[in-house]
Amino acid sequence: MANGTIAVPPQTAEIDFYNVRGRHKGILSWLLTIDHKRIGILYLGSVVFFFLVAMTIGVFMRLEMLSPGETFMKPQTYNSLFTLHGVIMIFLFIIPAVPAVFGNFFLPIQLGAQDVQFPKLNLLSWYLYIIGGALAIISLFSGGGIMDTGWTFYVPYSIRTTTNVSLSVFAAFVLGFATILTGLNFITTIHRLRCPGMTWFRMPLFAWALYATSWIQVLATPVIGITLVLIILERAFGIGVFDPTIGGDPLLYQHMFWIYSHPAVYIMILPAMGVVSEIIPTFSKKAIFGYVPIAISSLGIALVGYLVWGHHMFSSGISDTSRVIFSLLTFFVALPSGIKVFNWVATLYKGSIDVTAPMLYVLLFIFIFSIGGLTGLALGALNTDLHLTDTYFVVGHFHYVMFGGMGIIFFASLHYWFPKMFGKMYNEKVAKVAAIWIGIGFNTLYFPMFIMGYLGMPRRYYDYLPEFQTYHIIATVGSWILVSGILVMFFNLLQGLRKGRKAPDNPWGGTTLEWTVSSPPPMENFKIIPEVTTGPYDHTHIHGQEDNK
Amino acid sequence: MSYNTDTQEIQETIIHRDDFGSKMGMWLFLFTEILLFGGLFILYAGYRYIYSDGFAAAATELDVLLGTINTIILLTSSLTVVLAIVALQKNNKDLSLFFLWITQACGLIFMINKYFEWGAKFHHGIYPKGPALQNMSEGEAMYFGLYFVMTGLHGLHILVGMGFIGYVMYKIKKDVITATNFQKLENSGLYWHLVDIIWIFLFPLFYLIH
Repeated sequence: MANGTIAVPPQTAEIDFYNVRGRHKGILSWLLTIDHKRIGILYLGSVVFFFLVAMTIGVFMRLEMLSPGETFMKPQTYNSLFTLHGVIMIFLFIIPAVPAVFGNFFLPIQLGAQDVQFPKLNLLSWYLYIIGGALAIISLFSGGGIMDTGWTFYVPYSIRTTTNVSLSVFAAFVLGFATILTGLNFITTIHRLRCPGMTWFRMPLFAWALYATSWIQVLATPVIGITLVLIILERAFGIGVFDPTIGGDPLLYQHMFWIYSHPAVYIMILPAMGVVSEIIPTFSKKAIFGYVPIAISSLGIALVGYLVWGHHMFSSGISDTSRVIFSLLTFFVALPSGIKVFNWVATLYKGSIDVTAPMLYVLLFIFIFSIGGLTGLALGALNTDLHLTDTYFVVGHFHYVMFGGMGIIFFASLHYWFPKMFGKMYNEKVAKVAAIWIGIGFNTLYFPMFIMGYLGMPRRYYDYLPEFQTYHIIATVGSWILVSGILVMFFNLLQGLRKGRKAPDNPWGGTTLEWTVSSPPPMENFKIIPEVTTGPYDHTHIHGQEDNK
Repeated sequence: MSYNTDTQEIQETIIHRDDFGSKMGMWLFLFTEILLFGGLFILYAGYRYIYSDGFAAAATELDVLLGTINTIILLTSSLTVVLAIVALQKNNKDLSLFFLWITQACGLIFMINKYFEWGAKFHHGIYPKGPALQNMSEGEAMYFGLYFVMTGLHGLHILVGMGFIGYVMYKIKKDVITATNFQKLENSGLYWHLVDIIWIFLFPLFYLIH
């Protein structure tokens, strides 16, 4: 276990962390860095790359669904594509996106620390992530072809199929290990490296969200790890643990899979909720309403989220008693989630709201996520779920909460922290247009899925009955709108990176510690470790805003 | 981290040591290990419930004496790890290394015993898809499937633990880990105890319950 190191701060004008010359030069200064900010940027590059790959696959899938029957790909290709889309989006984008990119970059600064507790372990996590990603890519071009099991790897099919399941599953195992180490690092960082005066209830809510997330990462991921190892062993040696022909029980696999994978959806959404709790007070010029309930509700979601995995198995043949209990517990998740949404809206009330691009994404998030949450109730209730399960309704719900939740907030965080991370401003007007464009595309793409799912369109089919075609055409057109909006957004950010004007230290009037350091931050985050005397959202003294008024 | 800037060179670094944080990280890692095995224990519980007769029958095939010897060996090794930490704290480097050598030897003997145990099973055709296993009932086959996975994964952990301890021994020899800076030794000790505790559960579940 490596210990954190702290160097003596430089006494002259600070040089930002991009331009500081360390022990290594050029590309090695990135590949061997143990600076949390550089590791955050490394994650950003990799995460965006995988997002674009999986997004392209999604576009191809929508294109195939344009007309009934074979449009331009074979059923086997379609099966492989939806598996790939799911695996890449879940394991390589959604899970690491906010914690690994923005958590790495901003958690230590928000806590008033120079780095995370274990900087070397942090770099190791990134390498494990990259190795996992590389293995996933290698698995496409080796063995028996691209995996076609769906991202859930359900047995017995994942044991039988001749496609390259073992390597892909091993990739997921390695990625899980990266997640565990990041979680472990963040928990110890939050416990040990808060600056003087930074009590638990003076931490920014983003840090609280990461704290809850990290506990889930540490406590849930090992279960999927062993389950995936068992699939590999099953395929290699036929030990029979999950194989029904020799006495195994496939249902136990589903339990083991969802014991991790349901808490995992909170790994995906909690950090995003943390970001929302940062952006709303900043652009409402107001302290957050209900700080303590929001902070505690993160832990509440993490706790209750542990006990609801059975709702993925309502139609798998589990007992009625357990179905009723799991359904009831599922409804409990709505309580802490509702606490958050009501507190955000209450923060907006009587605030002086500044609708900038990040704020626009957050408002979009609240709208989309509410639809996602409410449709989740229809799936959490037993009787409606039996009608809706395995239809496009589930696909729609999933994308409303995951893409509409995590994805949209990933965009919001990019816009919110872009000036701090890169020291440049982007074009605000284009960013706003892109946000609205994405909002329109998103709803055009995913809303028809609720209707056709309700009418009985099953998911994961490359073919469909002609009466569903209108909805599929609308959705496919929506995918074009959405993707063009996303491309405009990325293009605008790239333009900002290349020719944007220099960003001030605190462009938004933010109150947390990252806005007190220069943009981009210096190598050592703080010359002198700060001492905190108030809560995180105190708008009475804002760093860098005095001269503007 | 030491670094140079255009205008100045800063070389002096203060190594910030946080033993408590380091130990905390190790404990979190141990939680993940417990949950890793926890998944297997859940499977064991589930299948024991479904196939209680098969499990009882298969358990008689294991050699209780060999299992008991291995249990004693592992418990002894946990003791020697603790003694090694105390010895180092009392600044007795050689004694500490001596106890760690005993720990390593215990690990090695444990693995040799396991090798003979598994070897005998394989010899009798008891392995996944093996001739003897295919004639057994589903419950017995499941028992041995879990037996090989769980003791195999445990054996792997013994090897990793021996690797950790070997690394720590090297660092003690080089005077990097000392009487005032022994957190790495304590962490590897914690890991070793975990491996031990998991065996404490595996032993009765596979060997003793008939």
